[in-house]
Amino acid sequence: MQVPAPVEYERAASVDDALSLLERHGPDSRLIAGGHSLLPMMKLRLARPTVLIDINDLTDLSYVRLEQNELCVGAMTRHRDLLNSPLVVEHFPIMRDAERVIADPIVRNRGTVGGSLCQADPSEDLSAVFAAVKARAVIRSASGARTIPMDDFFQGPYSTAVGPAEILVELRVAIRPGCGSAYEKVERRVGDWAVTAAGASLWVEGGQIAQAGIGLAAVGAEHFRAPEAEASLVGSAPTEQAFRTASDLAAQHANPVSDQRGPADYKRHLVGELTIRALRRAAARATGQEG
Amino acid sequence: MQVTMTVNGEEVTRDVEPRMLLVHFVRDELGLTGTHWGCDTSNCGTCVLWLDGEPVKSCTVLAAMAHGHSVRTVEDLEQGTVLDPVQEGFVREHGLQCGFCTPGMMMTARWLLDHNPDPSEAEIREAISGQLCRCTGYKNIVKAVRWAAEHRPIPAQATPDEMSAS
Repeated sequence: MQVPAPVEYERAASVDDALSLLERHGPDSRLIAGGHSLLPMMKLRLARPTVLIDINDLTDLSYVRLEQNELCVGAMTRHRDLLNSPLVVEHFPIMRDAERVIADPIVRNRGTVGGSLCQADPSEDLSAVFAAVKARAVIRSASGARTIPMDDFFQGPYSTAVGPAEILVELRVAIRPGCGSAYEKVERRVGDWAVTAAGASLWVEGGQIAQAGIGLAAVGAEHFRAPEAEASLVGSAPTEQAFRTASDLAAQHANPVSDQRGPADYKRHLVGELTIRALRRAAARATGQEG
Repeated sequence: MQVTMTVNGEEVTRDVEPRMLLVHFVRDELGLTGTHWGCDTSNCGTCVLWLDGEPVKSCTVLAAMAHGHSVRTVEDLEQGTVLDPVQEGFVREHGLQCGFCTPGMMMTARWLLDHNPDPSEAEIREAISGQLCRCTGYKNIVKAVRWAAEHRPIPAQATPDEMSAS
């Protein structure tokens, strides 16, 4: 029987309330949202918080909306709501691609976008997605809000920039014309963590790639990104040749390790193949050839 | 700590440890053993029940998190002595062998049919993709859900007042 160790429970009524509870209970207290990362960690004693602060009442942090040409996703948005958002389909179909293969429909009813990102599991699909679209994270503390790029948000496996008395409240992604995005994942069985996954976003202007984002999950990519591959695309036309060069670079610079999900050379091969597939689909979407 | 929630339409209050999981709360505190306790890792889905009208895996929710909320378990499917069409479908189409996964399967199936009354086989398979049947009886489970789709719930019985008015 797997149960968490004894823990105290508090429920926050607002973001300010959550912050003051975090202050009061100190660094060994933890926020709990959907609980689908934290409770399994607690059952295995990999996490031992002394106090859980339940933020499920913060429904005002559950939204997907447009604000001043940015797609804004509240941290308490459930996976299901990101999957079903028409704004996501319109602007960043990479999020829909990924959500379709994150866990299963029942888990997606409960798990949250913010919880997944704060868990920062090296195999987390949404981390690769938000890295690929070059999102920014909005973090609140008692003294105010700060907005940081995802590169600063991710500080290593299971480690983020969110401090002990802070809360991730929102993700923001700039919307610019000519954008296409896609996500490709290989998993051992439906709903599993990725063996390898790659996401791509392209911004095409006047037949040239103005900006590119490539996100990688489960292959040890720093900040979930492939910066060398991204750089190789900027300024090129969105051609098969450019995609091949970029995906080769992504494979070359990835740091997969052999584990029960597969040997490192297989994962490196997957990085290349999934990156090029994601780039092809992102380009087709950027030019309106695929929904 | 004291938790109060509505379970199958009735308000219940119990003193529990904050670490108690919702699956153990309904089984051990309320005696509602229809909800099964399986893998403990949110993989198998036999512990699926509804929290505020949505299917969730109750091995990965604390009872404390359900405080003030509404829970529906498999015991609530049967109305009086009338089986829910989902239950009837599992009987008619041999939708269970050992029966361990059945409560979770039925709770997901009921939710699916409430939101998509005429699901395709692919939609049914997607809906139950977070649930395992180790007898591998998926084919008959899908047939059971289709049976239920073709036999809609009987409308709630008219109250005596409504009957005399008609």
